[in-house]
Amino acid sequence: MAKNSELTRLTIVSARKGLDKGDFTAAELTQAHLDVIDAGNKGLNAYVLTTADQAINMARASDKKISAKKPGALEGIPLGIKDLFATEGVRTTACSHILDGFTPPYSSTITRNLWDAGAVMLGKLNNDEFAMGSSNETSYYGPCINPWRRNGDETPLVPGGSSGGSSSAVAAHMCLGATATDTGGSIRQPAAFTGTVGLKPTYGRCSRWGVVAFASSLDQAGPITRTVEDAALMLGSMAGYDPKDSTSINAPVPDYTLALAKGVKGLKVGIPKEYRIDGMSDEIEKLWQQGIEWLKAAGAEIVEVSLPHTKYALPAYYIVAPAEASSNLARYDGVRYGLREPGEDIQAMYENTRAAGFGAEVKRRVLIGTYVLSAGYYDAYYLKAQKVRSLIARDFDEAFEKVDVLLTPTTPSPAFGVGEKGGADPVEMYLNDIFTVTVNMAGLPGISVPAGISDEGTPLGLQLIGKPFDEATILRAGRAIEDAAGDLGTPQDWWSATSGADAAPKKAAKKKKPTKSGGKKS
Amino acid sequence: MQVDEKIVRKIARLARIKITDKEVKALEGELSGILKWVEQLEEVNTDGVEPMTSAEHQPLTQRKDEVTDGGIAEKVVANAPLSEDNFFMVPTVVE
Repeated sequence: MAKNSELTRLTIVSARKGLDKGDFTAAELTQAHLDVIDAGNKGLNAYVLTTADQAINMARASDKKISAKKPGALEGIPLGIKDLFATEGVRTTACSHILDGFTPPYSSTITRNLWDAGAVMLGKLNNDEFAMGSSNETSYYGPCINPWRRNGDETPLVPGGSSGGSSSAVAAHMCLGATATDTGGSIRQPAAFTGTVGLKPTYGRCSRWGVVAFASSLDQAGPITRTVEDAALMLGSMAGYDPKDSTSINAPVPDYTLALAKGVKGLKVGIPKEYRIDGMSDEIEKLWQQGIEWLKAAGAEIVEVSLPHTKYALPAYYIVAPAEASSNLARYDGVRYGLREPGEDIQAMYENTRAAGFGAEVKRRVLIGTYVLSAGYYDAYYLKAQKVRSLIARDFDEAFEKVDVLLTPTTPSPAFGVGEKGGADPVEMYLNDIFTVTVNMAGLPGISVPAGISDEGTPLGLQLIGKPFDEATILRAGRAIEDAAGDLGTPQDWWSATSGADAAPKKAAKKKKPTKSGGKKS
Repeated sequence: MQVDEKIVRKIARLARIKITDKEVKALEGELSGILKWVEQLEEVNTDGVEPMTSAEHQPLTQRKDEVTDGGIAEKVVANAPLSEDNFFMVPTVVE
């Protein structure tokens, strides 16, 4: 039997091959991941819940299908699921106190599709509360930590957000891939911060049914994986028409893996000049230029394009998203599910429940949303933002008349430290999404691919933006960047109780840990 | 737009979130800061521009208006903090 570290370092594609060849069983592959989670989750807080028994049962069922030579596209592949996805019989809270103990009697369409394809659920992953945040620090279950650290520095870094548990777990080999969601950059920014691949599909490509709603006209689910090919494979199983989501796209899902083989020769790649923002760091500028050179060398044609309303996307987003959130989050009232705080009448019960159940960032956004939708302010804020959104989408339409795909940096900086940003000024944190939010506003597909290492020794990502429904082209271009960038390495394991000695029995490893006074016994 | 204590309390009431006096003070500053920042949209000429109300690249699909699900009252109330005979229980609304 292979060592845990060998099994957990596989890609989804290579694990599928190994399973079908009989090199290892799905049960072994799943157990290897459960062991790695058991040893390392305390250090990273990537999982807020593990479902070990269910995982082993699902893996055994996969082994039967594999022996019968009837494997699904993701048969036996252990995945982590962001806590935003409803999972039947498994606690789903969006990492909010207000959904305490909520156990959905149904499964989201995306997770249903994944289980139908044979995937195995390892557990639920940490995220910013209701996906509102760019650092995973707003989670009710506490921050998730990035497995990467700066050179010679033990400062805990954020894994990005809101899908921080997904990006951290994938980077730390605690799953082969993870589901994630992206409303303003929540798949792509965490991927960039952890050296992983994050794909946000076209709005409507993946069903939103059973995904806890944040901003319905912007929300879109997608995968976080370690390779572009894995992202292509996973998206193929997640995507598809769903009559339960009225905004779901009724169009065939192409074979994304096949599309990858096409390469980028002759592809027209647009470079939007407005993304060269004031104060952009040299390393981001250099990374972007390097990406341009790589695509050119692979046979693509580079074209400068203009997206004149780029700088207004973020402020428009911070009107549209909170407005939709304030409406979506009205359902958390202490009546139908989750937390209830008593009050002298029903109004007081609502107000007490929502005061106790929502964290500070969620409250801020609900209040901003309520304000911009309120009588007297609607036209000045909400309607104005929707008009600006039209102009942002029009910019992209015009650019895509000239090019097939756009190349930009994913984030303005590498991963920052826990507690470093947004303490005094929420806008400081919002600025993280400056390059990603435009894509959600226009409903386009985007992917972040690891492309380099920062001066601090942490990963950096490049983003490719595509035409509506054209995930295939951003995957092709993403693959070219991935190939050119080569192996960027993996973070040194500092977080596991067993510190890399995966052969050591779990119990012995636990005993070795120093007992801290006042610490809770598990 | 500078929001003052009165406005913060008013929108908190509209949003049904109880806020403490200490929170009111902090929110005044934070909300004013966010609103001031988003007001840069005023620079953009949007004369004659239609508001974008959906990110759909296809027309919404329609289906027949018919019952497709139901008869699962027990599941519907399964997560309720308080229920009785498959009804949600709330404090008295009408005396």
